[in-house]
Amino acid sequence: MSSTNLPSEKFRLGMLLSDTRYRGTSLQVITFIIFVAVFFWLVDNTLKNLALLGKDVSFAFLGMRAGYDINQRLIPYTNDSTHAMAAFVGILNTLLCAFVGCIIATIVGVFVGILRLSKNWIVAKLMSVYIEGFRNVPVLLWIVMVFALLTEFTPAPKAFKGANPEATMFLFDSIAITNRGTYLPAPVWGQGSTFLIIIFLISVLAVIFFIRYAKELKKNTGRNMPSFWISIGILIVPTVLFYFILGKPVELNYPYLKGFNFKEGIHLRNSFIALTLALAFYTSAFIAEIVRSGILAISKGQTEAAASLGMKPNKIMSLIILPQALRVIVPPLISNYLNLTKNSSLAIAVGYMDVRGTLGGITLNQTGRELESMLLLMGFYLSVSLFISSIINWFNRSFQIVVR
Amino acid sequence: MKKLFLGVLTALTLVAGSSIAATLDDVKARGNLLCGVSTGAPGFATVDDSGKNVGFDVDYCRALAAAIFGDPMAVKFVPLTSAVRFTALAAGEVDILARNTTWTYSRDTDLKQTFLGVNYYDGQGFMVKKDLGVKSTLELDGATVCIQVGTTTELNLADYFKENGMSYEPVPTADNAESQQQYLAGACDTYTTDASALHGTRVNLENPDAHLVLPEIISKEPLGPLVRHGDDQWADIGRWVLNALVIAEEKGITKANIDSWGDTKDAEIHRLLGTGDTDILAMMGMPKNALYNAIKAGGNYGEIFENNLGATGGINIERGVNASWTKGGILYSPPFR
Ligand SMILES: N[C@@H](CCC(=O)N[C@@H](CS)C(=O)NCC(=O)O)C(=O)O
Repeated sequence: MSSTNLPSEKFRLGMLLSDTRYRGTSLQVITFIIFVAVFFWLVDNTLKNLALLGKDVSFAFLGMRAGYDINQRLIPYTNDSTHAMAAFVGILNTLLCAFVGCIIATIVGVFVGILRLSKNWIVAKLMSVYIEGFRNVPVLLWIVMVFALLTEFTPAPKAFKGANPEATMFLFDSIAITNRGTYLPAPVWGQGSTFLIIIFLISVLAVIFFIRYAKELKKNTGRNMPSFWISIGILIVPTVLFYFILGKPVELNYPYLKGFNFKEGIHLRNSFIALTLALAFYTSAFIAEIVRSGILAISKGQTEAAASLGMKPNKIMSLIILPQALRVIVPPLISNYLNLTKNSSLAIAVGYMDVRGTLGGITLNQTGRELESMLLLMGFYLSVSLFISSIINWFNRSFQIVVR
Repeated sequence: MKKLFLGVLTALTLVAGSSIAATLDDVKARGNLLCGVSTGAPGFATVDDSGKNVGFDVDYCRALAAAIFGDPMAVKFVPLTSAVRFTALAAGEVDILARNTTWTYSRDTDLKQTFLGVNYYDGQGFMVKKDLGVKSTLELDGATVCIQVGTTTELNLADYFKENGMSYEPVPTADNAESQQQYLAGACDTYTTDASALHGTRVNLENPDAHLVLPEIISKEPLGPLVRHGDDQWADIGRWVLNALVIAEEKGITKANIDSWGDTKDAEIHRLLGTGDTDILAMMGMPKNALYNAIKAGGNYGEIFENNLGATGGINIERGVNASWTKGGILYSPPFR
């Protein structure tokens, strides 16, 4: 008998599972059917049980008056605004905290990551302590601890009162650090400030063009320009010049004590500071490790080759190592941004009014719309996450090493 | 965190199916009552040094447990913050909420809760440190206010300041302990919540005399126990245990003298204590001596008040409107017949 004998072509039902030719497809079909069935069962059951409780699924509450006040508002909001507006105020607060947190985390993280590789033993060890300290304590504890430090060990606004106050403001009476937050001078945009902003934006564009030009020049002629100082000059000089020509259109409004609290100025609440700093430091520990591993991933030969060409160590770092390390660093870096954003939902621990605090907190509680609020909340975090991961994907596609 | 967890929990319970009706059967099968109380409101629900739950709301739950099981200790207390309480009740985490909760229209209709009555007529007040120099809430313009989220008080606060053309900065907190800590640290100028809770909180502070509850009461806060919609029998039981405590005070039945009413001519007392021939407690599916046990557990309404909120309880709140209608208050139970 020849071994090439094909199995009988006659189809039996059992072959759907036993025959490798069909098994893959049939398993997928079965999985899909089960998935759809479970999904519908869940939805159906939910609706039935809601009905039993006498509840329906409705998002009409979003259009109703919220009735509660929110302390930190990036857009106009009063207790007469709708629940949708309250949710939006919360979303902006979440994004603000995430944005500022990511920036601080990146700066600190890169710094710590590079320093951890320092040849100086003490510096390297100190950085290890920083990283292990932040990484290995739950972030919630950090948030609560920073908040407790800020409220317990800073003076109350009252302490700034009187002829001989117990506490004083900093930097020529422009900054007040209190147990309710830090007050900074706020810019007042007077007449002509729009023009000033346009000038500044033009300078930014000019800097970008200049850097491109400097790069080209270097490629073609090998000449090095002090591009850093020139960029700074382009960025600052015209704006400062026009600031005086236009008659100082932007002024600073200093915070001052009136009644119970400081008035005017920018009020950074302790809840915001605590949440943002704790998240930033916590995440920076992870970023530092990512940066370190990214740098270590570049083979030592590259450094040695560059050094043998006579490059200085900081040039080697900025021109040879970091550009290549970025490929390794950026994807996990962005996923840490994602973590920071999601962790910001711990805001409630310090009373920061993020979207969990407004939509998923007070609104949910006052309207009793648990399911709807939770769905919206999940939808929000999901879209932010998907948005951030699409950036990672885009990055990966554009910066893959092209093998020629 | 807990709130998020509970939110998801409700969602899951909704999904997995929950039994709405026949709470009484569930409670009996379980062998104890799950009573949702506050996480710590002095006078209403706290845990004493020996680890025992004590308080005005706690004693109501004990009376209810005594009515069902004949044992006031057959209760498990579930501490709930103001923000999670309704979710917890709706999700079946607790059988009943006795947690200084204000009876409002929207909680009744929209949140689908059934309030069983009022066990304390309260109102919202403000507490300040005396050295702040404030004597009236109308001097609080621009103040920073500690306020618990998920309460009626946070809504009243917004309304009150708006009505009086004043501004304020809310500092949202999750529970009484957090509010208190923030208030003491000076992170807020004033702490606002139900006046009863403020008095209870004040006397428990290190130096009560340094603090002042301002005279204005800015809202009506009728507090009472509640259950979820949909189980009328269960609601009836809770309601009539509460009423029984009120009637007992009106009739002078106390924990001490409850066994000495056998010869009374008052038919209502016989019906209440189950000492007569007719057993009307069967009408709500309870044993004949259920309300006898309830009153015996911690005494009548007046005794419970005195032991927790009055002089004996150390908080010294006057009965005021919370006195029986026979004594000039507005506490008034429908007749037990
Ligand atoms: N009566 C109001 C407020 C209830 C409330 O939260 N009261 C505070 C007063 S201290 C409380 O019980 N806190 C204790 C806790 O946080 O668990 C309502 O029903 O919304």
